[in-house]
Amino acid sequence: MIVQALAFYLFAAVTVAAGFMVIAARNPVHSVLFLILAFFNAAGLFVLLGAEFLAMILVIVYVGAVAVLFLFVVMMLDINFAELREGFLNYLPIGLVIGGILLVELFLVLGAWAIAPEAAKFASTPTPPVEQIANTHAIGQVLYTKYMFAFQVSGLILLVAMIGAIVLTLRVREGVRKQRISVQVSRTREEAVALRKVEPRQGV
Amino acid sequence: MDELWSGYLLPGGIIVAQILALLVPLLVIVAFLTLFERKVMAAMQLRLGPNVVGPFGILQPFADALKMIFKETIIPTGANKVIFLAAPMLTFILAMIAWAVIPVGAGLVIANINVGVLYLFAISSLGVYGIVMAGWSSNSRYPFLAALRSASQMVSYEVSMGFIIISVLLCVGSLNLSKIVEAQRTVWFALPLFPMFIIFFISTLAETNRHPFDLPEAESELVAGYQVEYSSMSFGLFMLGEYANMILMCGMTTVLFLGGWLAPYPLPTPVWMGPFWFALKVTLLLFVFIWVRATLPRYRYDQLMRLGWKVFLPFSLAWLVLTAAVLVYFDLAPKTVM
Repeated sequence: MIVQALAFYLFAAVTVAAGFMVIAARNPVHSVLFLILAFFNAAGLFVLLGAEFLAMILVIVYVGAVAVLFLFVVMMLDINFAELREGFLNYLPIGLVIGGILLVELFLVLGAWAIAPEAAKFASTPTPPVEQIANTHAIGQVLYTKYMFAFQVSGLILLVAMIGAIVLTLRVREGVRKQRISVQVSRTREEAVALRKVEPRQGV
Repeated sequence: MDELWSGYLLPGGIIVAQILALLVPLLVIVAFLTLFERKVMAAMQLRLGPNVVGPFGILQPFADALKMIFKETIIPTGANKVIFLAAPMLTFILAMIAWAVIPVGAGLVIANINVGVLYLFAISSLGVYGIVMAGWSSNSRYPFLAALRSASQMVSYEVSMGFIIISVLLCVGSLNLSKIVEAQRTVWFALPLFPMFIIFFISTLAETNRHPFDLPEAESELVAGYQVEYSSMSFGLFMLGEYANMILMCGMTTVLFLGGWLAPYPLPTPVWMGPFWFALKVTLLLFVFIWVRATLPRYRYDQLMRLGWKVFLPFSLAWLVLTAAVLVYFDLAPKTVM
């Protein structure tokens, strides 16, 4: 148990420290790298909870895909750091309000279990206990049955977001020659090569 | 004291011994893979290959390693030092830790975890960070271009790899790699899922930045891509990580499609034969890796993206739906929970 406790404090401390460094680092690329560190340690915390499926999905989706795209964009941006920091005090109240709301919500969620113990029971009823079933199966059992509607709706929202991004960035330029693989491959010798008799000093 | 010994020291010692038993042979194999590649390529191009150091050039990897260790590590002035040095380490570490879940024989695995496939997929998708960090921190044009290429290339091919892995998982009903191998006792998945096997293999070529998809280090246009500014052992770690990744990807293909440690004949085989069959299958796949390198020209970047997004992705998605439909229609889907 000591090892688990030590591992928890290690992961938790690094998560918090990395999270702080995400907003404190001067270089945006460093920020993204600290964000990745925070994701990793959060995945470690999930493993300690016995939720190894969530841990792996967190690493695959957030670290393997989302953060790569973050890094991709941030690396290519030419950011003026001084300009970025100018508006800091303007946005501070809004940031504090949002952070405060999130904190209160977290307290409400966790506090509800302490105030009303039956709420905790309600939250854990959908799946059998962890000892009986692997959590991958447990998630599958409730996600595709009980929460099917929410699952489909979230998929639809993502689809709409994707289409929105495509519509915003799509531009049709005139006069661009594009690769047309089928046409290029199906070219025959007859239409591609022509034999000409060229007279000297006259050209084709 | 007794509790400390039986509770922590003994299991810890056993794990360390297991890790060493896996990693030491792996590093030796990585060293000799470089020689294997040069020899095979030489044979394919009617050359001799390295033949000076030791009999048949067999000590060449050690000569290379010694040379690399004794060179000076040069850090460019404009480089971001911490990230510049962390990038090769990250590449190497990721290539090593993924081996924790690969079963090389019946029960011969360091961590037999429930989500083994996802762990492998997660670790292999992190490989891009080594390259991106190296490219960005070098503060130089060619490495940066390589980093951009690599990031978009690896993200693109991971998507279809994910679909292929899901269609294997549908046939198994478990994410555990040992169970995936056991499920192939009747038939290796390379046969019923044949097109997926080929697509997966090609995707692993793209994922390891090997020919014909080696655009991140295309030496004729980007000099050597993300490795330009690296020297000495920091470059050596990239090389080691890259070759270890190749072996890892071949191991993953073997586990998912070629029946892992299972013998190709249906007779009972002793446990110690497992690693032998596993190694043989991995070697065959590695030979194809090298064969491809010696044979094919490099893809153009738009061709690479087209292949990933417009060919592999729709095809693997369609095949996934087909697999699921067949499993449900003929009632073949695995029933057992866990």
